[in-house]
Amino acid sequence: MITLRNVSKQFPGSRDYAVKDFSLEIAEGETVVLVGPSGSGKTTVLRMINRLIEPTSGTILVDGTDVMSTPPVELRRRIGYVIQSIGLMPHRTVAQNIGMVCALVGWNGERIRARVTELAGMLELDPELLGRYPPELSGGQRQRVGVARALGVDPPVMLMDEPFGAVDPIVRARLQDQLLNLQSRIRKTIVLVTHDIDEAMKLGDRIAIINRGGLLEQYASPEEILRAPASAFVADFIGAERGLKRLALMAVKSVDTEPGPVVGPESERHAALEVMRSHGTDWVAVVDAGEHLLGWVDARGLSGHATVGEAEARPFSAVVSPTSSLREALDAIVTNRTHVAAVIDDGRYCGLLTLERVAQELTAT
Amino acid sequence: MRAPADVLVDWSWLGDHTSVVTHLAAEHVKLTLIAVAIGMAISFPLGVLAHRHRWVYAPVNGFAGILYTIPSLALFALLVPYTGLSTTTAEIGLVSYTLLILIRNVVAGLDGVSADVREAARGMGYNDRQLLWRVEIPLALPVIIAGIRIATVTTIGLVTVTALIGHGGLGALILQGYRQDFPTPAYAGGALSVVLAIIADVVLLTVQRVLTPWAKPADVRHQVEAAVPAALAGA
Repeated sequence: MITLRNVSKQFPGSRDYAVKDFSLEIAEGETVVLVGPSGSGKTTVLRMINRLIEPTSGTILVDGTDVMSTPPVELRRRIGYVIQSIGLMPHRTVAQNIGMVCALVGWNGERIRARVTELAGMLELDPELLGRYPPELSGGQRQRVGVARALGVDPPVMLMDEPFGAVDPIVRARLQDQLLNLQSRIRKTIVLVTHDIDEAMKLGDRIAIINRGGLLEQYASPEEILRAPASAFVADFIGAERGLKRLALMAVKSVDTEPGPVVGPESERHAALEVMRSHGTDWVAVVDAGEHLLGWVDARGLSGHATVGEAEARPFSAVVSPTSSLREALDAIVTNRTHVAAVIDDGRYCGLLTLERVAQELTAT
Repeated sequence: MRAPADVLVDWSWLGDHTSVVTHLAAEHVKLTLIAVAIGMAISFPLGVLAHRHRWVYAPVNGFAGILYTIPSLALFALLVPYTGLSTTTAEIGLVSYTLLILIRNVVAGLDGVSADVREAARGMGYNDRQLLWRVEIPLALPVIIAGIRIATVTTIGLVTVTALIGHGGLGALILQGYRQDFPTPAYAGGALSVVLAIIADVVLLTVQRVLTPWAKPADVRHQVEAAVPAALAGA
């Protein structure tokens, strides 16, 4: 959907390149995050896509067309644009702000009104806010108005420059979740700039890590970047908690869970003891015919009972679902001072996840 | 029938001369309106130009500043040999004195539009003309109108001076009072001129409030407070 081919930018009066020989392929419906330290030229790359900055050399294609052959005004109306400072028009109401691009391309009043109402709903903006002026809104509300405005004419591409940089961390997290949720429904091609690697990991399908001078260090999925950083710069940039960040991105279901020592409630005591011995444990999980996890019993609890079902099964303290992240699983295991978590999917027993297995992923490269 | 000079205001004179006073007040308003309108017609494009092309600002502002410093009497004396004792002479003088304030405020208003708003508008696909007319000028309006208010009030005061070249609206009354050693017309002319200035100020303030419902008075005051001393310091 967007292609950058050997793009360089040298600002007048500067000998250094702001962006040098930069190539990137962005697929339709994908969220790509450009991340890097200040001075990395990430914003310059973004602004070259809608020609707010023109490249010194190289080619940029949007939807197969060279941006330099499209009049800038026409190009920009087809590309949503959100900036950190938002830049809402203080002399226009919220509704007029949201409908701005629609008005610019000549929609009639009724069509604009309908679209504004739809967008306000999509971004969970109280309809009562539509008649107000931007200075009366909170930071989070303004940011959502900014996103709604960018979505106005339903452009296939959205450029977002540090969209959540100006709001507090709690609001930021909520706006990020909202964007993820929205994107899962509308599937735009989004290019987002941030300096926050955690935001990049959370939002990006792929992340482009850019070094000073606009050098592309690595372009890959968050998992891939954490698993195999392409350079010392990338490893340094993603930080010391690389393993933990990676666990946060991996779902429990993505690793093999072990069935573990499992018996049915009807099993006799000696059979249960045999299962314990073969697994090298001093306990077994009790799962009934309907695959419900009843709990666990140990050898001491079984003594004096003929079958497992007669003994009292104790509940697992650490329980996770297949969609939980490995980081959550690790957290559940460690805080419950155990070494194994039961994986339960909608009441159905799926297996056991051991601390050893998580640790194995933590150190895997 | 003439009252002694020691009577402060001879009300009966006023009563006998209502139609003359009204006529002079109307002329006063007309001279002011024409001066401010022409001043705006010159200042607005120059201000927009100076905002777009910074290098234009220094010479334009310098020229307006020089005009502003010429004493009004001297200016009329300079003009009379060329344009005579005409309305043209009066208006050239009056317009000259509006330019500095108006140009400064047009530029200050346009400069006051935040870079974020401009960036966002450009990023959404506004062309230069749309950016100017739909974003920059509406946002500059409170400061521009504040400039018009100052220019108007100043001009209303200055119109009285043009009585010396045979115009001057209410200024003619003031002059008459001095020439005849009879204070009533002078007081009436002075007081009415002040009343006109106050009315004009309130009317323009109301116009600004109506045209720019989004602008909070405090914001406008800050911008004007920044622009006006700058204009006067440069004068």
